Amino acid sequence: MTLIETPRERTAARPASSTAFLALSKAGFLGFVRDKATLFFTFLFPMMFLVIFGLLFGNEGASGTSIGIVGDGPVISALERSEAVEPTRLDSAEAAREQVRDGDLPAYVEQNGDTITLRFAASDRTQAGLVNGLVAGVVNQANIAATGQAPRFTLDAAQVEDESLKPIQYLTPGIMSWAISISAVFGAALTFVNWRKKQVLRRLRLAPVRPMTVLGSRLLVALGVAVLQFIVFVGVAMLPVFGLRLSGQWWLAIPLLLLGTLSFFAIGMLVGAFCKTEEAASGVANLITLPMAFLSGALLPLDAIPQWLQNVSLVFPMRHLNEGMLDVMVRDQGIGALLLPAVVLLGFTAVVGLIAARVFRWEA
Amino acid sequence: MAQPANVRGMPPTSPLSVSGIHLSYGDVRAVDGVSFDVAEGEFFGILGPNGAGKTTTLEIAEGLREPDSGSVRLLGEPPWPRNLALLPRIGVQLQASAFFDKLTAREQLETFGALYGVTAARVDEVLELVGLTDKAATPEAKLSGGQRQRLSIACALVHDPDIVFLDEPTAALDPQARRNLWDVLREVQARGKTIVYTTHYLDEAEILCDRVAIMDDGRILAMDAPARLVRDLDAATRVILERGALPAEQARALPGADQVAEDELSLTISTRSPAPLLSALAERGTLDGLQVRTATLEDVFLELTGREYRA
Repeated sequence: MTLIETPRERTAARPASSTAFLALSKAGFLGFVRDKATLFFTFLFPMMFLVIFGLLFGNEGASGTSIGIVGDGPVISALERSEAVEPTRLDSAEAAREQVRDGDLPAYVEQNGDTITLRFAASDRTQAGLVNGLVAGVVNQANIAATGQAPRFTLDAAQVEDESLKPIQYLTPGIMSWAISISAVFGAALTFVNWRKKQVLRRLRLAPVRPMTVLGSRLLVALGVAVLQFIVFVGVAMLPVFGLRLSGQWWLAIPLLLLGTLSFFAIGMLVGAFCKTEEAASGVANLITLPMAFLSGALLPLDAIPQWLQNVSLVFPMRHLNEGMLDVMVRDQGIGALLLPAVVLLGFTAVVGLIAARVFRWEA
Repeated sequence: MAQPANVRGMPPTSPLSVSGIHLSYGDVRAVDGVSFDVAEGEFFGILGPNGAGKTTTLEIAEGLREPDSGSVRLLGEPPWPRNLALLPRIGVQLQASAFFDKLTAREQLETFGALYGVTAARVDEVLELVGLTDKAATPEAKLSGGQRQRLSIACALVHDPDIVFLDEPTAALDPQARRNLWDVLREVQARGKTIVYTTHYLDEAEILCDRVAIMDDGRILAMDAPARLVRDLDAATRVILERGALPAEQARALPGADQVAEDELSLTISTRSPAPLLSALAERGTLDGLQVRTATLEDVFLELTGREYRA
């Protein structure tokens, strides 16, 4: 052996960091696509929620309130014409009463000449209120019609959103935010804990590779996975069964999504720095992502939680990611809607990423 | 095995020079004044029981830890703090199998190789060197313990480093896998690499190493060629015969016999001049089942520490 460097040794002494970056990124992607458990939690698990919620709320509003009808007359005909009512014709008031008592129908209406009888089950207050209001409205209209006068006041009621707006429009961006947070937080945390435990980090420390190259390759994997998730979720939600309709500048969601991934990755790095075992890391990651998803309106509508909790959720990146995605994907807003979420997400990433870099450890 | 040149009079280009290093973890003195030099092309072993300070010594030499005091020159440069220019010239195999998840043997090597900018041809060469060519497409997780250790060594060698550090490469391997690995290590040395390795198998070190340092409690107790350490012990050679091959009284009368002991199975004659004893036994035609046992590094350890060696 000689101390004179051969040309090969010289190239070995200065490996291009892009080669290392690409090789580490490739290793990361291969590790991702070959791990069935990771694939499940990245795609199928959130998809299950999308399917369940989508089917659960998908047809809401399309079908009206069911009411039993007995007899004939203008009120019964009006109820039969109404879109808000799903009438079930019954032979006698006795049979109808039996069904309402058994809970098969929330109420029944009987017209016998000029007498309208409404009987409802008080056990379901919401339905009872709905039915009372509905039938009262129909009876009033029939009364006005009977006077032969034109109505003086007219009511024009319509929803403010696009006619196509269905729950899937809200569900898709929310569940996607949640899914991306799972893959980025868990991905970063588990990788660093696992690499520390298996001494991969130590081995990398003894190779001529910069920490930023290693970190950057993991980040690229996380961003790539997030884009894949976007494609898959939007693709599935646009199937006719679910019927997602994207608004004009939906693609603006992609840069926002990448920023969101950055901030989730920073959270994962922080978790990975503190936890010693994979079990601990996934526990902590769950403890962060699940409450964050509920409080940020990703899984539940924000109005479902108290105002003070809504205010608390402003510290979560998911809240801003979710709002921004809703704006550009379904509320038909433009690039202006991205500004605030983008600034918040970048700021969050900078702060948490800096803390994570400070507490980062190579060794167990 | 090639005897390294200049083992004693160290040339200034010594690939590894460790002098007076100390490192304490709290009250525990893990390394307590260790000095040694490794010559170019030398196979140097750091031996001792678990907790002797071998791994910590190796970690300081590699530049993974900073010693409390003392200094290290690795290929003429200080390895601490992290020295990016030095790293391509050293190869390291760690105690844990440091591999990426879900990659095949070949992909592991390609990934590590890319960190050093090596080509695919080199990857094939290293796979062949460690005898894993037919396992190239096998996922790392499906390799046997011995194959995984060989892959780990391949990852340490992929960039053709000048000096290789191996931390207990043969630990937890079955005897056959250990012997396969010895062949790999000899082949690596034959290619002119300087090897520094730790083990708690004294018998293995005796076979493989040009020179060993025996450590206990953070210190080096003795350092020399294994044969010289054993010879300097000046221990008796034991000649063992089947019981009944020779009456004990006759054995005591043989030339060179110092001591004779008998148990249920065998008769053991201790001697410091085995040659006349063995020729006397040959004349009597009592060589059947005869065994000759000389002292080993375990006897050296016993002599140095006053206790039996337990890995």
